[in-house]
Amino acid sequence: MELNEKFIDGVWSSRIDVSDFVYRNITPYTGDASFLCGPTERTKKLWNKCLAAMEEERQNNGVRSIDAKTISTITSHKAGYIDRENEIIVGLQTDELLKRAIKPFGGWRVVERACNQNGVELDPKVKEIFTHYRKSHNDGVFDVYTEEILKFRSLGFLTGLPDNYSRGRIIGDYRRLALYGADRIIEAKKEDLRNLTGPMTEDRIRLREEVAEQIRALNEIKVLGEYYGLDLGRPAYDAREAVQWVYMAYLAAVKEQDGAAMSLGSVSSFLDIYIEYDLNHGIIDESQAQELVDQFVMKLRMVRHLRMQAYNDIFAGDPTWITESIGGRFNDGKVKVTKTSFRFLQTLYNLGPAPEPNMTVLWSPELPEGFKDFCAKVSIDTSSVQYENDNLMRDTRKCDDYGIACCVSYQAVGKAIQFFGARANLAKALLLAINGGRCENTGTLMVEGIEPLKSDVLNYDEVLANYKKVLHEVARVYNEAMNIIHYMHDKYDYERSQMAFIDTNPSINLAYGVAGMSIAADSLSAIKFAKVTAHRNEEGLTDSFKIEGEYPCFGNDDDRVDNIAKELIHYFNGELCKLPIYKNAEPTLSILTITSNVMYGKKTGATPDGRLKGVAFAPGANPMHGRDSHGAIASLSSVAKLDYHDAMDGISNTFSIVPKSLGPTDHEKVENLVTMMDGYFTKGAHHLNVNVLNREMLEDAMEHPEKYPQLTIRVSGYAVNFTKLSREHQLEVIARTFHEKF
Amino acid sequence: MELKVHSYESMGTYDGPGLRLVVFLQGCPFRCLYCANPDTISFEGGTPTLPEAILKMALNQKPFFGKKGGVTFSGGEPTAQAEALVPLVRELQEHGINVCIDTNGAIWNSHVEELFSIADLVLLDVKQINPARHLDLTGRTNTRTLETAAWLEEHGRPFWLRYVLVPGISDTEEDIRALGEHFGNGRYRMIRRVEILPYHTLGKNKYEVLGWDYKLKDTPLNTKEQLDRAKGLFDRYFDCAVLN
Repeated sequence: MELNEKFIDGVWSSRIDVSDFVYRNITPYTGDASFLCGPTERTKKLWNKCLAAMEEERQNNGVRSIDAKTISTITSHKAGYIDRENEIIVGLQTDELLKRAIKPFGGWRVVERACNQNGVELDPKVKEIFTHYRKSHNDGVFDVYTEEILKFRSLGFLTGLPDNYSRGRIIGDYRRLALYGADRIIEAKKEDLRNLTGPMTEDRIRLREEVAEQIRALNEIKVLGEYYGLDLGRPAYDAREAVQWVYMAYLAAVKEQDGAAMSLGSVSSFLDIYIEYDLNHGIIDESQAQELVDQFVMKLRMVRHLRMQAYNDIFAGDPTWITESIGGRFNDGKVKVTKTSFRFLQTLYNLGPAPEPNMTVLWSPELPEGFKDFCAKVSIDTSSVQYENDNLMRDTRKCDDYGIACCVSYQAVGKAIQFFGARANLAKALLLAINGGRCENTGTLMVEGIEPLKSDVLNYDEVLANYKKVLHEVARVYNEAMNIIHYMHDKYDYERSQMAFIDTNPSINLAYGVAGMSIAADSLSAIKFAKVTAHRNEEGLTDSFKIEGEYPCFGNDDDRVDNIAKELIHYFNGELCKLPIYKNAEPTLSILTITSNVMYGKKTGATPDGRLKGVAFAPGANPMHGRDSHGAIASLSSVAKLDYHDAMDGISNTFSIVPKSLGPTDHEKVENLVTMMDGYFTKGAHHLNVNVLNREMLEDAMEHPEKYPQLTIRVSGYAVNFTKLSREHQLEVIARTFHEKF
Repeated sequence: MELKVHSYESMGTYDGPGLRLVVFLQGCPFRCLYCANPDTISFEGGTPTLPEAILKMALNQKPFFGKKGGVTFSGGEPTAQAEALVPLVRELQEHGINVCIDTNGAIWNSHVEELFSIADLVLLDVKQINPARHLDLTGRTNTRTLETAAWLEEHGRPFWLRYVLVPGISDTEEDIRALGEHFGNGRYRMIRRVEILPYHTLGKNKYEVLGWDYKLKDTPLNTKEQLDRAKGLFDRYFDCAVLN
């Protein structure tokens, strides 16, 4: 079958260019949500099986079963089904629903620990292989780490580093498999390989090997297809196949890799082209169109990775970050919203709310009103959607065919990748500036050449000068760690199946990150505008701070402190930008914590803003809870001032509100939420999580998790099932600013 | 001329249309038994604030106002500071910002008259239609409030009628009917919306902080039946009644 007879011809026909295909063939939709359908009987039956399996999972401490024997690869497990009769989109990571596989290439000890913590023994053979015959990413990194890096890592200045698990974040252009089929992509990769000739520098040799690996992966993906009776060598011919092919490409990725975040990209409006064609030709009806999307989404919800407890402490709630970006516009203003954008959101009704896939709406005030209203309604009803500023990202980053990597981070699809960089603790770094370069908890000398302060009454200029010196050094150590990690990841845990769906030799961002921004900003504000006296223990380390007088806090639309936050980010990003990166990657920075704000807080002593030792930070770029006295819009306005150009990996803000505060009637709630987001993004803000929840409901869910199996909340860039959070995380979520008023 | 500001709520969704920056001004001549903001009553206190500071804040938040929102001056009683408010309201409007005044309508002078003649919308709180019960509830009669309503109607100034529904104090059928007879059945064409505000006790702890006695401690919250019944009554007189 010739696809070009079905679809409008273009550059995409002669070379790999999905973006061109989408642009030429998309049918933007400007209407409202009234066309949508509920779930089919088949979908309901299938979903009930999934719900039952998830209940078993919950009762079994969050893991239903583990295959502790078979090292997971693209072809490691034969076909698995949920309920073959009702399954129109097939494919599981292993041979059984919610059975977790082992992926030891990132680090086998982590896999062993995860198995042990779940009462299963890792097959001794796996241990033997990875001890005697095959090195892992984790082993490589720790061979090379310096003592200094180890110190920064273990004391909590740099945390969450992807040095014992896969880095994730890479988004394969999974649409390519549907549009071209594996054979055509292999052909193109072979052509690339032929053209990668000498001189044989280290870079060139590495790239040739990578492309060869990608070709191997594509052939394995064809084998994976054969397990399910699918001919993935050829393009998808209809809507069902298009969905199936995209899912198979993604499935290969999550069989091989268990990166922290494994985004899907931006597939909904691509799939809409096939669905629209089949609808127009009477091949399917709306109910069947929705069924395809529901069943695809159901499969994505069933993706699992095997994690150890220490990992869950940082990234709580068993997340997979299958981020799907919905909506947005092309650079010429044409709208990318299609009926399938609606259908994806509709799954939150048809299957109920859920954290995955991580639904991300690329918002622009210019999007059709019907779509904006539906998004707001879905947010109010499910709290399962996040929003990002499409105009800002397109204007700044230029490419209009992009997805969101991980939680909030712009990523041109198929053209570029990013290296995940975890984050540095800005609040803890500030304490180095006040403690002569020593760790406030252990007294360990971290940064040399930081003079002890002249007085315990803190002087702003003196502290700031020290802080800048500290940040300069933190940036250096951080950069060194990153270079080592990504060198080793490429060497021992290369993402060949994902990279097979990305242009050969793509541009790369190194996504650095920071935590504790609002704590650092408020601390500096306190030092500047109030009188802060440090109290020191017998070792001369600060253990508390006395604050006399008032000081402006971040989150009240007050330039005095908002500018401190802005300049802090600008400075640290500037320091990072000076440093050379592996594979010549371009540095970006995020203000994002996921749920690690709790763990970061735990590792950080008392801070000059009055925060006590061990208290959780605010997540992402959020103002510290309880400090905003001017209401939600003032809080949003403060965050909107942070400059995206200094934090192009993303500025995450989590907004939680009780339903009533959005307005008196359902209609006004929707209208006000739309207006709020239009305002927020017009002011140049980057990202917003929207939770519309009652405090009482969350408190009840803590006591009776079985009553709320699908209660989803959004936390700093991703969504999570509330009942899967630890009690500590649950309390933190509840304590955090609920914009509640009367 | 400075304004005495009690506090701000940047995401007001209950004080006029759309999303609004609500500026609570300090000081009120009424002593409503159920006042939810007792800390705004005294004319002493408040933060002296230059109108420019409020203008700057409003301009900064303007993108959030959308097509319907804007700034609402509430309180306390904003008309007590009408002289200082008038130039600020004019300036806000010159910047395309919609301005509401949330008032009990009990103060009248040339500044108040000017303020009402320029405000985009007046939110007029009528606490009780019965003069004696109004006096019991607020410490003042409702004569001026009703005259203010008549003035707004006469001068073609749009307003919302707001009515707090306190069980046993302002929710009897007799009271609601009397209110309906006075304002409803098309008598007041400038009424754009009638808001029925259920009684709440969220301001109660402020009384403890102030060391004041909360006189309605035995008054229960409205039941759903009471609210539905009241709404039904309002609907007989008004086609724009909303239960908040």
